Amino acid sequence: MAEKVIYAMYDDDDVLKDGAKLLVAKGVKVSDVFSPFPIHGIDPIIGVKQTRLGIVAFLFAITGTLLATYGMRFFMITDWPMNIGGKPNGTYLDNMLAFVPITFEFTVMCAAHGMAITYLLRNKTLPGMPAQNPDPRTTDDKFVIELKHSENSQFSEDELLSMLKQTGIIEIDQKEIN
Amino acid sequence: MEFKVTNKSKTLTNILLGVGVLFTAIGIFSHVGDHNLVQRIMANGLINGFYFFAIGLGALFFLALQYATETGWYASIKRVIEAVAGFLPYGMGILAVVLLIITFLDGAHVYLWMDPETTNPASHHYDEIIDGKSAYLNKLFFWIRTLAYFVVYFLYWRGFKNRSLEEDRVGGTEIHFLNYRKSAVFLVFFAVFSSSSAWDWLMSIDVHWFSTLYGWYCFAGMWCSAMTVLVMLTIYLKKLGYLPNVNDSHIHDLGKWTFATSFLWSYLWFSQFMLIWYANLGEEVVYYMTRIEHYKFLYFGMFFINFAFPMVVLMSREAKRHAGILTFVGCIILIGHWLDVYILVSAGSMGATASIGFLEIGLALVGAGFFIRTILKNLTKAPLTPVNHPFLDESIHHEI
Repeated sequence: MAEKVIYAMYDDDDVLKDGAKLLVAKGVKVSDVFSPFPIHGIDPIIGVKQTRLGIVAFLFAITGTLLATYGMRFFMITDWPMNIGGKPNGTYLDNMLAFVPITFEFTVMCAAHGMAITYLLRNKTLPGMPAQNPDPRTTDDKFVIELKHSENSQFSEDELLSMLKQTGIIEIDQKEIN
Repeated sequence: MEFKVTNKSKTLTNILLGVGVLFTAIGIFSHVGDHNLVQRIMANGLINGFYFFAIGLGALFFLALQYATETGWYASIKRVIEAVAGFLPYGMGILAVVLLIITFLDGAHVYLWMDPETTNPASHHYDEIIDGKSAYLNKLFFWIRTLAYFVVYFLYWRGFKNRSLEEDRVGGTEIHFLNYRKSAVFLVFFAVFSSSSAWDWLMSIDVHWFSTLYGWYCFAGMWCSAMTVLVMLTIYLKKLGYLPNVNDSHIHDLGKWTFATSFLWSYLWFSQFMLIWYANLGEEVVYYMTRIEHYKFLYFGMFFINFAFPMVVLMSREAKRHAGILTFVGCIILIGHWLDVYILVSAGSMGATASIGFLEIGLALVGAGFFIRTILKNLTKAPLTPVNHPFLDESIHHEI
């Protein structure tokens, strides 16, 4: 279903932040903000939910730890018993110390790659995916607030536009997106 | 806003000092006649002398690190860091007295290499390994180095302190850039001195043994203790209503430092162990033999509370912003690092005869009482907000 959205453009992140505060105070729902860099403190203003990326990172890390443990037990103990520094070996626990660095590194690698890929997938920004931002200038020096009519049905279109115009915008644009 | 030491904290430090002195006296009188009493007293003097000195030094290092990296967020807690670093001259004084007495007692069986018998080929206490190291480990060179550390630390500490107060009066950026250059030079000195002072004061206790990681290990311990003290002191001041510019993000950052330096310390603890284990270095195994035979519970218990405990408890974002959790973890970590220094000194000197009794706890309480009282008094000597710090505005708006 096609949806009508309003894009209001600013040329300063502080002006955008003050504008967003004003809009939210009046009960307007800001659905998104596009910016070339992270704007400190914008998340609580427009009500972005706390990210769950940390939980995902923990799950990836645990996967890494388990895989590394299982892998090294198989490679170094079961499949081809390795003589590690002349130590009496034969079990995983006897040689545990030698496996700690690799377990640690593999845990970090799985967590980091897992987080990065999850992040790109969730934001639909994997390499080759079509760009999501409304205006190429938001990757340079402009900032855009996105309002959806469906989320602000208590306001008429004119009301929304006049409220936006009080917040120091430099351009305004309306689109229908799918 | 000027800080005033509350009557409650005065009473608390007085109780700490009183109980400490009482315990120490009980500890000494109940062991009169023991052949190793002097050794035990001197070992404990060294433990507490080094431990509290190291917290002050860790804070000075942290301050220099902020200057050298031109960090902004710390500006509102700068006076807290300076107050902890202000323990340095007192800590140096105590450590110097302890080291001086040990030197006059020919090592007091803490530093075996100070005993002239060990380097005398005619004596039956002659020790070839110690004799081989005597070009570096001798009383004169030891004191030259020790004084060099103290003089350099003291001069830089005084310089940072005076410039910080001057900045409050005159403002501008000139002092900021001077601090930037001075701290970079200080960090170079510190990089060398933190390692070699750990060899001199602590590693030479295990005189037959050596480890190239030892200096960093001690440094990581001091840094972690200093960060823990800083976060707890900041929370304490915040609770009393001081430091209006400090918000949750500052506390979060300090919590992250505590978390990260705990990891740094654990990483070095493990690396030192693993390298010796992996490479089968026979002559270095003695260090771990002593610890595993006589200190098994404390040695691994201390590793657990300095590593696994903060890792699990401080992992989440909320925990690093929660005053109660941070204070609780901080107290445990500080005890853990005291135990670390206790084992560093005792295992090499007292060996199997070491135990934690009235004497150990008493002297640690005296040290803690004196330390807390001194840093609280230091806080009263300067306004709690550095008004003309060039990054103060950034710090006030710190948000992560």
